[in-house]
Amino acid sequence: MSALTRPYLAALAARFQLTLQYRAAALAGFATQLWWGGLKVMIYVAFFASAPAAAARSPIGLADTITYTWIAQAFLVLQPWTADPEVSQAVRSGAVAYDRLRPVDTYGFWYARTLAWSLARVAPRAVLMAATAAVIVPLLGLQDWSWRPPADLLAGAGFLVSMTLAALLSAAIIMLLNVLVAATLNDRGVNTLAMPASIILSGNIIPLALFPDSFQLWLLAQPFAGVLDIPCRIWFGGLSGGGVVLGLGLQLFWIAVCMFGGRLALARVMARLQVQGG
Amino acid sequence: MPQILVQDLAKTFRVAEREPGPLGAVRGLLRRRWRTVEALKDVSFSLEQGELLGFIGPNGAGKSTTIKILSGILTPDAGRVEVDGRVPWNDRLRHVGRIGVVFGQRTQLWWDLPVIDGFDLLAAIYKVEPADYRRRRDELVSLLRLEALLHQPVRQLSLGQRMRAEIASALLHAPSILFLDEPTIGLDAPAKLAVRGFVRRLNREHGVTVLLTTHDMHDIEALAERVIVVGHGRVLADSPFEVLRAGVLAERRLFVDFAEEAPALAIPGVAVRARDGRSLELTFDPAILPAPALIAKITAEHAVEDIHIEQPPIEEVIARFYEQHGAAES
Repeated sequence: MSALTRPYLAALAARFQLTLQYRAAALAGFATQLWWGGLKVMIYVAFFASAPAAAARSPIGLADTITYTWIAQAFLVLQPWTADPEVSQAVRSGAVAYDRLRPVDTYGFWYARTLAWSLARVAPRAVLMAATAAVIVPLLGLQDWSWRPPADLLAGAGFLVSMTLAALLSAAIIMLLNVLVAATLNDRGVNTLAMPASIILSGNIIPLALFPDSFQLWLLAQPFAGVLDIPCRIWFGGLSGGGVVLGLGLQLFWIAVCMFGGRLALARVMARLQVQGG
Repeated sequence: MPQILVQDLAKTFRVAEREPGPLGAVRGLLRRRWRTVEALKDVSFSLEQGELLGFIGPNGAGKSTTIKILSGILTPDAGRVEVDGRVPWNDRLRHVGRIGVVFGQRTQLWWDLPVIDGFDLLAAIYKVEPADYRRRRDELVSLLRLEALLHQPVRQLSLGQRMRAEIASALLHAPSILFLDEPTIGLDAPAKLAVRGFVRRLNREHGVTVLLTTHDMHDIEALAERVIVVGHGRVLADSPFEVLRAGVLAERRLFVDFAEEAPALAIPGVAVRARDGRSLELTFDPAILPAPALIAKITAEHAVEDIHIEQPPIEEVIARFYEQHGAAES
């Protein structure tokens, strides 16, 4: 472990272990996400069956839409829809003063903790969801409603890379929310605005491919696509070959933009920090 | 060159204000009124390596603001600060690695982590060499009697236990300066004594420079050779405590129990503060009438059963000082 990364990796490991302890929350979250997943799958089945002519021309077929839905449910907690509660709490209580006392870059320190918080919550839920939707559902004879395997081996590998980038991008977007919380001293307004933006623009509610054709370019280019839609498209082959490179490139681009903007904004907020009382 | 140099420090805060009641809240939405609070107007002092300085003043005087600027958390509006040649807010990363800070009202340990895991994490954050860390941790654990607490989550500790763990966690990286902001707040008597004993030892035996703020004047009496009093954002006094006392409230108190009903005494320079049956409490100025002379005079003229002498309690001295300077919080 190099001396440079030691503080950040230690913070990441500690937060990961702490967050992983919340097993009841993981199970409850999984149960809810499974319920919603089943509901959404049934709605899509009915939706595609009600207009066979339109369904035939759909840019994304029923089977892929269902797989997309299960992936969206499995990785739901990667949605950057709330600021990190630990940061919000530190801002409210003034414990942020102690964060500034550490000989570490505050952005990196918060980023490592936020990423660990996301990863520790997504890991058990994703494993449970994959086991259920990709293994148990087909075993029950419901192949049509199941999470299908990736288009090919390369698509599977591309998905792993893209989902890793999605986690990094999600943490970078959450960092922007964290900075907003630090600036406004309250997380409720920030979270209220972030939630709909994230679930609509990432493709969580409806796969982005099902939006009108004229929106497609913009939908793919905006940052939230990298949180869910791009990895999903790589999984079922909607993006392949050069498309995969483009998708990964977009994700990297938005990670860089969010990190750069977040660092700049955090430095400004910290320069006019006030820690009152006591 | 002093270790800590503070010159003409000034810091203002902008505070949003609104008129009371629901109507005021609505008006506040349309037009925000800001009030400027001058936390520090003009603070200057310096501190040599190895000193132990008590930093006192009423609530809102600017003590904590000064500590937060010295530790690199806040940026002042004006003035100069150098700590070991570093400007804290410009050189934050290098600066904070070499100081230790304890805020008595906040916690720096992770609430859900066992104490020892919190220590490990801090050692990683401060990049302390593992061998140095283990030696230092074991030393602190035995000095602060933390052995039994190491594997408990921080949230299960009592305030006194937690404060000992907080102080240990501020010292794992062997800082040469320790800032203590109200380290004894809310602690019971044995816990206060433990904290004071440890801080004294740290300062005397290890030469750690300590800057201590407190409202508990017994902390000051037990620890500080030098006291700075701040009020309304300015330094009101900077001297050894005894000098401060002599300037504010030089009187002594003499408690006398007579064999019979307490007599009416008429001694120049001596006043009767309280009378209760056979007992008298007198105040006198030792510069006018030294204590031995006063005692000799009383025992020569009256049958006395018991006698003892006291200085006014330190709280009273400080309260009187705040009053004289109009420094009490408005």
